Amino acid sequence: MPVITEHLQVPRVQPDAMAETKPFVAKAEFQEALGFPGKLVDNWQSVALDKMSELLGKYRALPVFLDACVKCGACTDKCHYYLGTGDPKNMPVARQDLMRNVYRRYFTVAGRYFPKLVGAQDLTESVLEDWYRYYHQCSECRRCSVYCPFGIDTAEITMAGREILASVGLGQKYANEIIGKVHKIGNNLGLPEPALADTLTGLEEEVEEDIGVKVRFPLDEAGADVLLVTPSADFFAEPHVDGLIGYAKVFHQAGIRWTLSSYASEAANFGIFIGNYDQMQKVAERIRQAALDLGVRRIVIGECGHAWRVAYSYWNTLIGPFDFLDTDYPAPQHVCEMTYDLIQRGALTLDPSANDNKIVTFHDSCNVSRGSRMGSIPGGQFTLPREIIQAVCNHFVDMAPETTHEQTFCCGGGGGLLTDDLLELRVKGALPRVTALKQVVDNHGVTHMAAICAICKSQFSKVLPIYGFDMDMIVSVHQLVGDALVFDSAH
Amino acid sequence: MLTAIFAIGLYLAVLVLVVGTAFRLVHYVRIPVPLVIPTTPAPITRTGVVARLLREVVFFESLFKGSKWTWLFGWIFHFAMLMVLLEHLRYVSEPVWLWIVAIQWIGLYAGIAMCLGLVGLAVRRVLVDRIRYISAPSDHLMLLLLVGIGASGVGMKVFWHTDIVALKAFVIGLIRFDWQPLPGDPALLVHLSLVIVLMLIFPFSKLLHAPAVFFSPTRNMVDTPREHRHVSGWEETRTSHRKVASHEPKPRG
Ligand code: SF4
Ligand code: SF4
Repeated sequence: MPVITEHLQVPRVQPDAMAETKPFVAKAEFQEALGFPGKLVDNWQSVALDKMSELLGKYRALPVFLDACVKCGACTDKCHYYLGTGDPKNMPVARQDLMRNVYRRYFTVAGRYFPKLVGAQDLTESVLEDWYRYYHQCSECRRCSVYCPFGIDTAEITMAGREILASVGLGQKYANEIIGKVHKIGNNLGLPEPALADTLTGLEEEVEEDIGVKVRFPLDEAGADVLLVTPSADFFAEPHVDGLIGYAKVFHQAGIRWTLSSYASEAANFGIFIGNYDQMQKVAERIRQAALDLGVRRIVIGECGHAWRVAYSYWNTLIGPFDFLDTDYPAPQHVCEMTYDLIQRGALTLDPSANDNKIVTFHDSCNVSRGSRMGSIPGGQFTLPREIIQAVCNHFVDMAPETTHEQTFCCGGGGGLLTDDLLELRVKGALPRVTALKQVVDNHGVTHMAAICAICKSQFSKVLPIYGFDMDMIVSVHQLVGDALVFDSAH
Repeated sequence: MLTAIFAIGLYLAVLVLVVGTAFRLVHYVRIPVPLVIPTTPAPITRTGVVARLLREVVFFESLFKGSKWTWLFGWIFHFAMLMVLLEHLRYVSEPVWLWIVAIQWIGLYAGIAMCLGLVGLAVRRVLVDRIRYISAPSDHLMLLLLVGIGASGVGMKVFWHTDIVALKAFVIGLIRFDWQPLPGDPALLVHLSLVIVLMLIFPFSKLLHAPAVFFSPTRNMVDTPREHRHVSGWEETRTSHRKVASHEPKPRG
């Protein structure tokens, strides 16, 4: 159990500190459902190398990243998992080296003829095991890529690593089961349509009781203007659901006709986590289909980090073009972009004193920060959420600059690692973030940390208490918005 | 005999350097970039991307964010090496261009700075436990090789003066395919041998980082995926890459 120190310490190298940690392997039925072999295939070595060869020819980043690293070491102290565990294989460059050494051995002249000299390695069973361990101790957060002189993004290597692992039969249980549920039922939680409808009715009643206004939570309403696609955790998990209530209140007050879809009731897309383009495309396709079926004019994405990266950066490639949507709005649009515009236009009545019981800080989520944008200028992903918070809260404090914006630390549970079989890793990986949080708690009396990612919210609800913070510290940005919205009871 | 060995060695080295690197870069260009993956915040215009790459190449912007010591030593080494290379143009230009004449005084200091930067990097590689862990023998040797080149060069300026008029005649002779005798000073032979080795390994080693930085999708992509539809590029290229997918692993230990 790591201890919070006043300033973050870079640990000494402790080989194999996390060698015992690995997630459960996916069962045959879930592997096969995604088109992967059910268990480790006999000729796994040649299958793995074939796959690697294929990926090297499909993604330019892969050979460039594997060739270009000069071992400068700038990334070695940047990964939250290294900082939290001291296991050298959690240093980004060492994580890459697990693949680079094999790449050199089979695909480069130097490694074929002088393996010892350049550290090239045969793809042995123990290397494969290391891949499984350490490609599941990376949250694909891209923090390392910020500091690398060549922009080497370990997340890309991890994705390729997982893709190869799945193709020899070693998929990860958590991620693959979830993708299976999306295909079967429409969301990560496996929440079927009737249950979803019930939940939404319950929320309508709850909000009406609370503020005396009938705020609607429409489902499958053809002809709505906006299709809202949000992570399914928003439907009932705490504190996510308060964010969903916040979106609904914003839609209500702005008079926007919106709807959820039971067919595409999930913004999350774990296809990105397992590095599989086809799965990512298939999961995304449901949303395009729902938008067409419901005849909406806009698609808005709820608070979810990787979902926003996939939607913002990849959708146009995967399921575009979006010529069937209203071109006056960005397609897709983040709910923060929408709320921000409404605030700018004066379309919302806000009373920030409603949040006077809180001193709020903001946790930048990795995929939003380093893999996407909001608004029309670079860095809008940092300013928009902060301006929203400052419009609805009187007390806002930022955490240390080396832990925010593009330098933000992952919550410790991203990239498909939000599973209890990796709890120890998640706790340790959260250390850099909670260290920065503790500083603003001690120095500025911060009481709440707002986030715009379902994974961050779940992860913090779990690990904050372990570090001695209150579980309720973590809130949705749109919870703050919802609480500050003033409703005329005549509405 | 000596002249012939070095003449052929240098021709070969230049050939391998140019052709080998060109092959690698053409190989990169032919591989698609299926998705938009710049590390954000990223520029939203082409001009912005050019500026980003220039900042990376000229100032090592990201490395500066990452590690101040490595940046300091690394930047000194690279910048000093650039100066030394420019100074060396006097051997290939005839008559020597004026601006090269003007910077000749820099050569010695730049050579020393280059060695100091390299020694700084080498010391970090040995002393910092994290960097020691990620270093293969080749990483240490690469630094030694460069120090060797720098030190023998500086040595010739300070201690073991060589006949630079004859050396220049040799170089110009190489360019005009009209060989002239190479001075036989040991320091010069060491210097040239190491340079030949460096050029020979360039396309096969991490020295490729120099051109590769321009090919890195996280740095060279424009962040406008919503405004401009990026296509994966697989449909067209897939077939041409399938041929590599019939690989059989052979133990070659
Ligand atoms: S992407 Fe994030 S988790 Fe993965 S190695 Fe880089 S810093 Fe660590
Ligand atoms: S910062 Fe980049 S070049 Fe340096 S060691 Fe890390 S991955 Fe390699």
